[in-house]
Amino acid sequence: MTDLTHSHKKPTLWARHKIFETNSIIMIIGVLIVISIGGLVEIAPLFYLSSTIERVQGMRPYTPLELAGREIYVREGCYNCHSQMVRPLRDEIERYGPYSLAAESMYDKPFQWGSKRTGPDLARVGGKYSDEWHVQHFNAPRALVPQSIMPGYPFLAQRPLDADHIVGAMQANRVGGVPYSDEQIANAVSDLRAQHDPEHPGAEGFQRRYPKALQRDFDGDPRTVTEADALVAYLQMLGTLVDFKVYDNKANFR
Amino acid sequence: MASKALRGLTSAEVGAATTAALLFFVCLIVAGMTDHSGYAFHMVIFTLASGWAFFTVINRGFDPESAPPPRTIDGKPNYNMGPIKVATIAAMGWGIAGFLVGLVIALQLAFPALNFDLPWTNFGRLRPLHTSAVIFAFGGNVLIATSLYVVQRTCRARLAGELAPWFVVLGYNLFIVIAGTGYLLGITQGKEYAEPEWYADLFLTTVWVTYLLVFLGTIWRRDEPHIYVANWFFIGFIVTIAVLHLGNNAAIPVSILSPKSYIIWSGIQDAMFQWWYGHNAVGFFLTAGFLGIMYYFIPKRAERPVYSYRLSIIHFWSLIFMYIWAGPHHLHYTALPDWAQTLGMTFSIMLWMPSWGGMINGLMTLSGAWDRLRTDPVLRMMVVSVAFYGMATFEGPLMSIKAVNALSHYTDWTIGHVHSGALGWVGYISFGAIYCLVPWLWKKERLYSDRLVEWHFWISTIGIVLYISAMWVSGIMQGLMWRAYTNLGFLEYSFVETVEAMHPYYVIRALGGLLFLCGALIMAYNLWRTIVDPAVRSVAVARQSVPMAAE
Repeated sequence: MTDLTHSHKKPTLWARHKIFETNSIIMIIGVLIVISIGGLVEIAPLFYLSSTIERVQGMRPYTPLELAGREIYVREGCYNCHSQMVRPLRDEIERYGPYSLAAESMYDKPFQWGSKRTGPDLARVGGKYSDEWHVQHFNAPRALVPQSIMPGYPFLAQRPLDADHIVGAMQANRVGGVPYSDEQIANAVSDLRAQHDPEHPGAEGFQRRYPKALQRDFDGDPRTVTEADALVAYLQMLGTLVDFKVYDNKANFR
Repeated sequence: MASKALRGLTSAEVGAATTAALLFFVCLIVAGMTDHSGYAFHMVIFTLASGWAFFTVINRGFDPESAPPPRTIDGKPNYNMGPIKVATIAAMGWGIAGFLVGLVIALQLAFPALNFDLPWTNFGRLRPLHTSAVIFAFGGNVLIATSLYVVQRTCRARLAGELAPWFVVLGYNLFIVIAGTGYLLGITQGKEYAEPEWYADLFLTTVWVTYLLVFLGTIWRRDEPHIYVANWFFIGFIVTIAVLHLGNNAAIPVSILSPKSYIIWSGIQDAMFQWWYGHNAVGFFLTAGFLGIMYYFIPKRAERPVYSYRLSIIHFWSLIFMYIWAGPHHLHYTALPDWAQTLGMTFSIMLWMPSWGGMINGLMTLSGAWDRLRTDPVLRMMVVSVAFYGMATFEGPLMSIKAVNALSHYTDWTIGHVHSGALGWVGYISFGAIYCLVPWLWKKERLYSDRLVEWHFWISTIGIVLYISAMWVSGIMQGLMWRAYTNLGFLEYSFVETVEAMHPYYVIRALGGLLFLCGALIMAYNLWRTIVDPAVRSVAVARQSVPMAAE
């Protein structure tokens, strides 16, 4: 250490570090430059590389009811135990289905890929179980799967869904780039109720705005749209939008 | 009005009081107008806090005793230790709360009936409460306390600002309360380790900028020409956390009357932002900040200089450069492009070297003082912490290799890895620093009991060993079971069979957590007795201001 200050020769590289040690602003600038490089290199290309912004047939924004269900999924912290990302590994494809594409979460704010599988992956859970199974499973998981360690969510089926807030939610999503049309936003509350009730006056409009979306009462209680309706509607569409019989995986390799 | 008693408000007090008054009315109005009960509750908390802040600040102005204290007394720095004492106590309190919630959720995984099937007690809401309580509440308060202590002592200068340090400490803890109660009420962004919603994030941003300014302002007052190495790490930590926080929380609120917001990034871009943030919360919050602690408290306690100055330079710059790249190792085999995964893996492996550079610098500082490990349990705790740091930063690069990650990802191995870093490294270096700080701050000549420190050390070490070995076994076992095939070529185990196999290890893990919690309770008792027990004598104030070696 002492040779730095008492050297008679021209300053070594080590001594040049003094500029950082004696000037906090230069140190901060140094830190900012050093930490920017990695982030820029890894993040910026994801906004223009074709494999990360590819458009895949079948992908559409969530219906109002599905979006409300997704909010419940986030609220209850389901991502703490369930991933939504099938990796291209043999056992995962056989257990869960085709590996997940980037495009399949293009409208996900936030993404819910998860980091832990205390329970199974849910990326392709849509259509695997009946609505009734889901509702009973939320009520009492161990009634259906005795070894399960999932918490019960009996309150979901009892709580009416707060439908009115969905307009603001869709507008905020649109500001963030989800392509909801004016028509979809104007009819959001009607669409939410119509997805739950095929006899609803807005049912036809809903089918036009969200072709192929599931339309039925999900929780076995047709009188009220409950939180269970929304969550089951969301789970039942997960991973079902892209038809892998027609998907061309050579169009964009990753 | 007794104008004699009125010393007049300083401009800082006027500014603070005005801001508090404005915040009071805005929050009151929002609380009255929103239809979300949890959000209204938070706005009431903000209203009360800003009202309290307003009256406290104005009161100071009427109190002739509260004239701004001098920066020096008899030529010696007049250190400002009040906010640091509060942060130290808060750290201990949040630590115990966070460990307790950790124990509860560990038991829930072993015995799911403990979820009670209520919204606010289920695992999904309690797990973020645990992670935030231990990382941000416990770890954050430790970092604020130690950094504001270290910067004063190494710069031989009083903290910059009088109100600002209090705003940092109290504001930060208010943020913790908002964040934690929010999770229980179901207010969350759904991004791991960044769950607080937009209004809490905005408030934290103001607290954090103030923290940076207090820290820098104190550095600008320094007597020493050089900024001590511990402070480089604290600067790196504070600045980078600010950048990460802003990048990962760029969200669009539904409205000012709603707690809900949507992140502007979507899907894959959001995933990359999240793990750029998430891994560097580890790299800068839980590593760089705590290395700052190591660089002050270990040399001070061992009464030895830092082993190598040059190693400090190399490992500081290489550590902060490489950490930023490591995020994609959380996204191996996902839809993230391969080149990004490979970059993440490569830098994670290279990161092993700067990490061990820090470990070597910490451990070798003990050169010539190794005998102290037998006699000083506090120093032993900090040295073992550095050893755990070395272990966790070897295991991390190993797990970032894609072939290993294919097995380890999504399993308990990750949980075990995190806890060898969190309990071993972050926990022990924090405990060591607090054991040092409490006698220093309350001007006591020693801790109440070294024997209790020994008990704390051994009980929690057994706890850590039980925890991480249980998680190794369950994680690797579950990873292998998921990919096991019968000789007919079918998957051998259903998912739930792998869940069932975890049960004994979840029980062992909970036992490990219980021991760790017991250790912390012993510590809290020891600290409390140190502060209040008259048998622990105060040291003369004069002895406190012995200058320390500055780099």
